Amino acid sequence: MALDAEVPAAVARPDAAPVVPRRSFFRLQVWATWLILVLLLAWGCHGLQLDFGYVGEKLPFLLGLRLGPDGFLQGALLTLFVTAVSMVCALCVAVVTAAGRLSNNPVAFALATFYASLFRGTPLLVQVLIIYLALPQVGLVLGGLSSGLIALSLNYGAYLAETIRSGMMAVPLGQREAAMALSLPRWLIVWKVTGPQALRLIIPPAGALFVSMLKDSSLVSILGLWELNFLAQSYARASFHYMEMLLAAALIYWALSIVFEVAQFRLERRFGKGVAVAGRR
Amino acid sequence: MGKLVSIDRLNKWHGSLQALRDVSLDVAPHERLVVCGPSGSGKSTLLRCINGLENHDSGEVIVDGVRLANDGRAMIGVRREIGMVFQGFNLFPHMTVLENCTLAPIWVRKTPKLEAEELARKYLERVHVGAQAEKYPSQLSGGEQQRVAIARALCMAPKIMLFDEPTSALDPEMINEVLDIIVGLAETGMAMICVTHEMAFARRVADRIVFMDRGEIIEQGSPERIFDGPRTDRLKAFLSSVKKDRVQQESR
Repeated sequence: MALDAEVPAAVARPDAAPVVPRRSFFRLQVWATWLILVLLLAWGCHGLQLDFGYVGEKLPFLLGLRLGPDGFLQGALLTLFVTAVSMVCALCVAVVTAAGRLSNNPVAFALATFYASLFRGTPLLVQVLIIYLALPQVGLVLGGLSSGLIALSLNYGAYLAETIRSGMMAVPLGQREAAMALSLPRWLIVWKVTGPQALRLIIPPAGALFVSMLKDSSLVSILGLWELNFLAQSYARASFHYMEMLLAAALIYWALSIVFEVAQFRLERRFGKGVAVAGRR
Repeated sequence: MGKLVSIDRLNKWHGSLQALRDVSLDVAPHERLVVCGPSGSGKSTLLRCINGLENHDSGEVIVDGVRLANDGRAMIGVRREIGMVFQGFNLFPHMTVLENCTLAPIWVRKTPKLEAEELARKYLERVHVGAQAEKYPSQLSGGEQQRVAIARALCMAPKIMLFDEPTSALDPEMINEVLDIIVGLAETGMAMICVTHEMAFARRVADRIVFMDRGEIIEQGSPERIFDGPRTDRLKAFLSSVKKDRVQQESR
């Protein structure tokens, strides 16, 4: 077609081709540096003359490969369970709260801001203790597990709500207007147009929140839950191998965090469609 | 002949600023209207009141026999018949060109997916971006994006098209490729209201030109009558300022 020829061919993108070799060299250097740092760390630990035999013996328990004495999950698996359940609950709480913050209804807005302010303005540890230790005083007795789940969900829900709200606000108004002009109903605009675009902005900070939730789940060890940190401490206390047990726990937390980060990266890439077509590392 | 759009004594305030003052305007089926005027004269606001992107404060807007109430649910039915093209394209960046064009037909018109895609490809072909159907908007030039936006609106088979300064955000060399599409569309008999500063285009495409200033319609008439026989000082001043712009542009 004649008209096509006059159109500059998709306006050549400056960041298209020649960057590739430099980028892969960059990655190589990054991996090499990481390797050196890991080796240094291992060498440092080796120099401490630690007794890792004991760790090896307790590792299946730490990882949660065996059930605890109460027949429930323990160790890293319990940590993961607490994190996963709290994540889902926090997400539900956060979506509702964010909707309230974005709403024109003054009562909904007030409820949302009040909740977010209360739970962001007080320490998680205090919240855990209030729910577990203080509520029974007024007749509300909750088990360790449910207390931990509730505290983590409510605390992280408050933070996540802010993340979701700012993501929704960052989608240009023109997107909503264009969708309205196409006569899409409101729910569909959120589901198909503004939501997915907000998600791209929400995933990185939400991923960071979930990683920190994974680590904060160690706080529920004070509720007597046999999760990773609790087990590491009790084995350490029994054998005086504090350094070994806590290092092992730290490494397991770290490995789990890395898994979370990889998952987050994958998600980011999926929702970056159309935005990060070029210039991705 | 019935009227497609009928606006009666429309008033609209942006806070303490009156954006529209007693605007009355009728558009017949197949009529091509160009609205011009200095910036801030209420042209875009008028357009946005016609498909309810903005609520009006008093007066009446009737589109295709339906009186617009300021209520979201009823608006959805009316908006189906009104296509809109924005200054900033407003394509959905996370969807391919084809998905941009099929979203509303599939979900609102309940067109089967394959049929919607076929229709979309036809319109994309018509605006000369058929080859880009699988790309994302960010991979297209501004002119191409705006043509996709036109195709996207056409896919809903609207009875009237609203263009809100469709070429103002474009680089000069891309303006004509978009204007040509709009002229071609006008020739098919599509009713349209176009807000634009492109006077040569206005003369070419318009059945009637409406000149607005400070929220009021000052003059309206055929292109010849408006360009060659302006009656009010405000229109004369506007036309000479536009002409000055043009000379400056050409001397650059």
